[in-house]
Amino acid sequence: MIYLDNAATTLRKPPQVGRAILEALDSMGNSARGAHQGSLGASRTIYNARAKLAAFFRCPRPDHVIFTSGITESLNAAICGLVGPGDHVISTDLEHNSVLRPLYRLEEEGAALDFVPADSRGNPDYGAFASLMRPNTRAVVCTHCSNLTGNLVDVARVAEIAHAHGALLIVDAAQTAGTREVDMQALGADVLCFTGHKGLLGPQGTGGLCIREGVTPRPFKVGGTGVQTYSKTQPAQFPACLEAGTLNGHGIAGLSAALDYLSEVGLERVHAHEQALTRRFYEGVSAIPGVTVYGDFTGDHGAVVSLNIGDCDSGQVADALSEDYGIATRPGAHCAPRMHRALGTVEQGAVRFSFSWFTTEEEINAAVQAVAELAAS
Amino acid sequence: MREKKPALVVTFHTTTAAMEAESFCQAHALPGRIIPVPREITAGCGLAWKAPPEAEAELAAALAGAGIPWAGMTVLRL
Repeated sequence: MIYLDNAATTLRKPPQVGRAILEALDSMGNSARGAHQGSLGASRTIYNARAKLAAFFRCPRPDHVIFTSGITESLNAAICGLVGPGDHVISTDLEHNSVLRPLYRLEEEGAALDFVPADSRGNPDYGAFASLMRPNTRAVVCTHCSNLTGNLVDVARVAEIAHAHGALLIVDAAQTAGTREVDMQALGADVLCFTGHKGLLGPQGTGGLCIREGVTPRPFKVGGTGVQTYSKTQPAQFPACLEAGTLNGHGIAGLSAALDYLSEVGLERVHAHEQALTRRFYEGVSAIPGVTVYGDFTGDHGAVVSLNIGDCDSGQVADALSEDYGIATRPGAHCAPRMHRALGTVEQGAVRFSFSWFTTEEEINAAVQAVAELAAS
Repeated sequence: MREKKPALVVTFHTTTAAMEAESFCQAHALPGRIIPVPREITAGCGLAWKAPPEAEAELAAALAGAGIPWAGMTVLRL
């Protein structure tokens, strides 16, 4: 199989990730649940992963790195923990349902919501961020990179606007974490949400959020922490305030190994490799008659290219790619309803090709060839 | 049970702070080890750092210098 669905999850992982998970399965107790070697081993592994992630994303403190089951939980914790009835929130047409659905639910509960529109190439109208601001705007929630077009958002520019109006910036880094440098301080993110199983090359079931000091979301869930047992309320201190229940220590051990791998390889190399593959694929398919490519490829770009062939159903194209060529892609709507509406692809969907550090140039060539053959047939 | 001797017990609000302190103390050759929080301090659960009583000033200065938060320092017979 030629796996080109890395925006959904990276299938190929560094071998040390699996080894770390197996070792953890054989040795790890429950972190923060005792001082025996099994529990301490888990606590140490998790702390080390926290410290690595803090350095990776330039989060000022390791204890402000919160572990979750993935970025959907991270975004729910950030959005629902910081926004309430009576608040106003600004988001964009580029967002995934993991941002949109928590926002729509908050809207039902009394929050007000506005969206910055996307243009026909999928870029946000940056001028709209400022014009949509209200005195009660609590937060801007914004992706770093569209999971449909691969367009990057100038998050630092959005942060400047948000902070000038006293609003927080919550960033969805699902498609960028691990694929390029993501520095929450340079971006101006008050909360940076990430997942472990995509560009970070870790296992599914891992993710988290990095929170700037001074920002204190209400706990999204409450429960056992291994500390302050007789208190009726969740501990106030980070990270326990936002981590109830047993953490996924086995998965975090794998994520920690993946971070070591990425540090050895270097994010600059990862970024350069993925950029070269994306550019090669884009140039190949955009020259094929009958192929429509979505997004803005004039500058730096995420490792995602979405396209359609004529007016063919994207599901049928993806099925042909899978059955006839062994190429795995993602058709349909990609949990990005507003982006599809902006691009006019609600009915047809789109076929998304997405690449990773482990994708090869030969795989790109084969995918371009397959698209050319399908377009000609 | 072991014979009880005076020991400095440093407590923390979270396990993460205890792990941060352990990592820091080991990296800087500061004395002590992680133990369960003694019941004399709290009836809850959690981790503490046990060290010789004479290390109190050195530990307090080092942890404060590193910005590692602790909840309390007490000498107990453990």
